[in-house]
Amino acid sequence: MAAILDLSSWICLVAGSFFALVSSLAVLRLPDYYSRIHGAGITDTMGAGLILLGLALQAGISLVTAKLALVLIFLVLTGPTASHALAKAAYRLGLDPVLNSEKDKASSSR
Amino acid sequence: MMFAAAMAAILTSMAMLLVRAVQGPTVFDRILSVNAFGTKTVLLIAVLGFLTGRPAFLDLALVYALMNFISTIAVLKFTRVGSLAGGQQLPADAQALQGSEAPPETQVAES
Amino acid sequence: MNGGVIDTGLIDMILLAFLVAITWAIVRLRDLFGAVMLTGIFSLISACLFMVMDAVDVAFTEAAVGAGISTVLMLRTLALTKGRSEPHHNRLELGPLLLVVVIGAILIYGTFDMPRYGDPQAPVHTEMAARFIEQSGEEIGIPNIVTSVLGSYRGYDTFGETTVVFTAAIGVFLLLGVPRRGRRAGDALRNDIVLRISAKALIPLIMVFALYVQFHGDYGPGGGFQAGVIWAAAIVLYTLVFGLARAEKIFRRRPLELLVAGGVLLYGAVGVVTMALGGNFLDYDYLASDPVAGQHYGILLIELGVGITVAAVMVALFFLFVRRRQV
Repeated sequence: MAAILDLSSWICLVAGSFFALVSSLAVLRLPDYYSRIHGAGITDTMGAGLILLGLALQAGISLVTAKLALVLIFLVLTGPTASHALAKAAYRLGLDPVLNSEKDKASSSR
Repeated sequence: MMFAAAMAAILTSMAMLLVRAVQGPTVFDRILSVNAFGTKTVLLIAVLGFLTGRPAFLDLALVYALMNFISTIAVLKFTRVGSLAGGQQLPADAQALQGSEAPPETQVAES
Repeated sequence: MNGGVIDTGLIDMILLAFLVAITWAIVRLRDLFGAVMLTGIFSLISACLFMVMDAVDVAFTEAAVGAGISTVLMLRTLALTKGRSEPHHNRLELGPLLLVVVIGAILIYGTFDMPRYGDPQAPVHTEMAARFIEQSGEEIGIPNIVTSVLGSYRGYDTFGETTVVFTAAIGVFLLLGVPRRGRRAGDALRNDIVLRISAKALIPLIMVFALYVQFHGDYGPGGGFQAGVIWAAAIVLYTLVFGLARAEKIFRRRPLELLVAGGVLLYGAVGVVTMALGGNFLDYDYLASDPVAGQHYGILLIELGVGITVAAVMVALFFLFVRRRQV
């Protein structure tokens, strides 16, 4: 039983770390601000979710797991809201997204 | 062992976010990096707690999750409205802000 | 559960390297707004470092203050001043440089007499610290030794710190002047339904969390100061989303001012009461028939006093900063 728990923890932590790395890579390498917001959002959901799940499996049923669940709830509640606010604020202030063609440029309205 | 691997991944992603924060041409890139950095810090604290055998320090992670959000909202409100009072945009603030970031241009990407 | 103490030296080095990189960037960046954001990251890294060093209460306070409140206040200051710093032309000034090098050398020479960092035989570890660690359990009986040192053994220091917070608040009130009343226009963020709903969901949770941190400080990281800052953060969030006008209607100026003083008064009153009951100032043993219970009451009350003052001061300062329209 402990081996199964350890194995699932391993899987969750590795997967979560992978998503965290991909997320930061996206923030670093994507060409446009709005696409970077997408990248950052990956951490809040998949990255945090899997890492915290892996930790919770190690902790068993205890106060620690309850706190981890609370942290996850807060992150899931505040992460997408922050992404929304980031995108909206930039758009309102005039930052235009990198568009691919003349057609898109013409149809984008403020 | 698994915690060390997770820790390494988190530290690496923090480094990448730092580069973006220093580089980010517009001011919003920096805000984004700080916000993402905050989330990574929350994860770092959680994993660190397990790594050092003291998982009871998760209260700290909770506080960070909250503070990160509040400061991001404050910064965004500042940039949008120019003041934190919820009032009209002050012309001086808006000018100072617009002048301080690279002028936004629509770029047509080569496909 | 996997646990045990591992060598965190590598993590320390990496975090310190981050700090150096960020500091360099902050110094070089001409755009002050970006610099303020980077100081936010600096704060976050510092909190991680404190966490690695096992100083959780300090990390807690750094998280609450550095990442939240001080970024907000710095932004407000930026709004009142220019957004860019002037480029300075660096000429090598030999006189000041020589002075700095000489004084620095003298200071470093002075540190040679100090015991080595982390030396277990150093007086700071063998005398007071050892006594606190050994005796705190029976004399005070709460698991968090940081709180017992802060609240009881070094109670006078903490009283001084609370008074300092109070004095600083008075200084800021005097400098920024009497706030003027005025009509405020509509709130830009109120129309944003996503933010409104998340704020409504989060604010009560944050307040309950602040209360938890306040009263759980005996058993885990936390205490009055951190709880006060978290409470203020909840009010900051409310102000940001719903506007200053509504926030000020709820948290009026007069009660806020009374609370700023009230916390310090509570702390001092505990000391006076213990004197009246026959002990020294802030000697909690006399607060109840059983000394350990007395210690518990004493720490509870003074932490409450600290929390009240800190929360009120933070909220009042935030309102003051936000209200100003010109320097």
